[in-house]
Amino acid sequence: MSNIGTYDERRKNFDWSISEEELEYKPENVINIGWYCSDRICQMGKADKLALIWEGFGGREKKYSYNDIRLASNTIGDFLQKCGIKSEDRVCIFLDRIPELYLGFLGILKIGAIAQPLFSAFGDESLLVRLENAETSAIITQRKHVGKVRKIIDKLPHLKHVIIVDHDGKKPLKEREMVFSLEEAEPVENLKIYPTKAESASVLHYTSGTTGLPKGVKHVHYSLIGQYLTAKWVLDISDDDIYWCTADPGWVTGTSYGIIGPWSLGVTQCVLDAGFSADAWYRFIEKHKVTVWYSAPTAIRSLMKAGDEVVKKYDLSSLRHLVSVGEPLNAEAVVWSEKVFGRPFHDSYWQTETGAIMISNYPGMKIKPGSMGKPFPGIEATILDPETYNPISQPGRIGLIAFKPGWPSMMRTYWKNEETYKSKFVNGWYLSGDRANIDKDGYFWFIGRDDDVINTGGHLVSPFEVESALLEHEAVAESAVVSKPDEVNMEVVKAFVVLHPGHEPDDDMELNIMNFIRKRLSPLAMPQEIEYVESLPKTRSGKIMRRLLHAKEWGEEIGDTSTLEDE
Amino acid sequence: MDEDIKKIVLDYVIEEYLEDEDEKITYDTPLISGGIVDSFSMVSLKRFLEKKYQISIPDDEATPEAFDSVNSITELVEKYIKED
Repeated sequence: MSNIGTYDERRKNFDWSISEEELEYKPENVINIGWYCSDRICQMGKADKLALIWEGFGGREKKYSYNDIRLASNTIGDFLQKCGIKSEDRVCIFLDRIPELYLGFLGILKIGAIAQPLFSAFGDESLLVRLENAETSAIITQRKHVGKVRKIIDKLPHLKHVIIVDHDGKKPLKEREMVFSLEEAEPVENLKIYPTKAESASVLHYTSGTTGLPKGVKHVHYSLIGQYLTAKWVLDISDDDIYWCTADPGWVTGTSYGIIGPWSLGVTQCVLDAGFSADAWYRFIEKHKVTVWYSAPTAIRSLMKAGDEVVKKYDLSSLRHLVSVGEPLNAEAVVWSEKVFGRPFHDSYWQTETGAIMISNYPGMKIKPGSMGKPFPGIEATILDPETYNPISQPGRIGLIAFKPGWPSMMRTYWKNEETYKSKFVNGWYLSGDRANIDKDGYFWFIGRDDDVINTGGHLVSPFEVESALLEHEAVAESAVVSKPDEVNMEVVKAFVVLHPGHEPDDDMELNIMNFIRKRLSPLAMPQEIEYVESLPKTRSGKIMRRLLHAKEWGEEIGDTSTLEDE
Repeated sequence: MDEDIKKIVLDYVIEEYLEDEDEKITYDTPLISGGIVDSFSMVSLKRFLEKKYQISIPDDEATPEAFDSVNSITELVEKYIKED
C-alpha cells in the first residue's frame, strides 16, 4: 500500500494539520527546517541511520549518518555565527553537489539565516545580479568557482565573507576570503537552534521572468509542512527506501526534494556529483539499490536516446517508484520507462514559487501518459479564462493554470519586488504563467508557457537576461531571443542577432558569441543557434516582436501583424 | 591518432571549459561524465570542431560518450575529416 492510500479519499478528507501532527508542530511553535531534518530525526532514535550516501566522480564515496549531518550542520552554523552572520542574513551556497552544500544548507537554516543556493555553473554576471539583489552577506564556495567571485566582488559591498571549503593552501587568499574545512573543524555537539517561526524566511531561490532581472523567491520555514507531506505521498518515500533526487540544489527541486523532503522523513538519500552518462546513472542505481527515483524529462529522454541495451547491463530491480519534474513528461517517455524499468515515471508539476508539488500522478492512481495528473489533496487548482480570469468549466478548453493561495509552501514574496509578487494574483487566484486544459476525468494537460520564458532542460531562462548580455558583446547591435524545439531538452535558446557594421557574421563570430554568453550567464542560457539578421521585427513603437520569431521556430501561425513596423 | 588534433582539442578544452585552474587533464580525462563539459556546453565544443576542421558532425553522432574525452573526440573528428 502506498503512503497516500486512495487519492480520492485523501482529497475528500484533507487538512494540512495531517502534516503538522506528524511533525508534532503546533501553530506558534518554533519551526526550524534545519532542526527538523537532523536533530529531530536523531531524537526519534535514528541517529545512526544513513542520511546521505555521496558519490563523486570516479566512485569517491562518503557516507553520513543522521548524527553526522546533525553535527556537521551544527559546525557550519557555528562557524557562520562566529563570522558574524545573524538571523535573516543571506548566505549563498555556490557549490557543486558536494556534501558541504547539503550540510551547509541545514547549518544556515539552523542559525536563522536565509539560504540562497545558486547553480554552480552560473557565470559571473548571473552570480552578480543575484548577490546584488539579495545583498548577500556571505558566500560558501569552492576553489574551482572562487575565480568567478573574485571577478565581481568589488561590486558587492554587502558581501563580507567568501568561505572556501576546499582551500589547499597553495595559493594565497584574497581580501574577504576565508577557509572552512569540515573535515578539520572541531565538531560542534550543541548549537543553539535559532527559534524561527512559521513565517521566518528560510530559502531564497532565484527564478527568471520574461522581463527584468531574476526574481528572488522567498520561502519560509512553514514550507516544511508542504514539502514533508508531498514527499511522503507523491514520492512515496518511506523509512526503508533509498532515495535519489537527481536535481541540483541550485534549483528548487534540489532543496525541496533533494534535502528537505527526504531528510524531514528520516530517509536515506543518495547524491551523485558527476556529469551525465547512462552507464554512470544505471551503475549508481544498481550499486546503491535505489528504490525511489525523482528525475527530469530531459534526463529521461537522454536515457531513452542511449537505448534499451545499456539498461540490460545493470540490475535495476531495486527501483519501485519513479517520478519526474521540470517540464512536461511526454507520453513516449512514460511508456518507455514502463517497458525498460517495469515501472512508469509519474509526472509531477510545480514551480519555484509554489515550493512544493501541486499537480501530480500518484502511486496507485491510473496514469494517463502525457498528463500532469491531478491536484495534490488540499490544493485547489483550476484553469482560468485568459480574458476574464474566471475558471473554465468546459473540459479540454485551454486556459491559465491557477491555484487558490494559502498552501504552506507558497512563496511569501519576491525579494524587494512586492509589486511583481502582487501582479501574480488575480481574482483571488495565483497565476502560474503556464497554460493547460483539464479533461473530463479531472486530469491536467500541459500546453506551454503563457509568456516568453524559455524552459530548457527543466530550467527557466529569461530571454531578456540573454538579450541584455548579448548587447554587452562588442559586435552585437540588437538581439532577440526565443526558444526553439529540441528533442532532448524540450526547448533550447536561439538568438537572432544584428551585428554592428564592421563585424563579420561568420562561424567564428557565432562561436565567440556562444562562449561569451556561456561564461557570462550559464551553459543553459547559451544560444544553441545564432541566426544573423539585417533587422528584427518590431512594433511601430519599437518593441521587438519575439512572438513572430517564436512562431517561425515552432512552425506556428504568425497571427496578427497589424502592429508590425514595416506593415 | 593525429597528435596535432589531440593537442588542439585539449588546449581548447582547458582554455574554454576548465574552471579549476589547478586541475590537470589528460587526453583520457572524462569530460562529460567527469562534469568538466556539460551537455549544453557540448554544443559549443561541437561547433568549434566543425569550424576548425571544416566538417559536419551529425547530431546523433555527437553523443556524451563520443565527447567524453579528448581521445574520443579526436577519433570522431578524424572520421569526418576522412569522410569529407
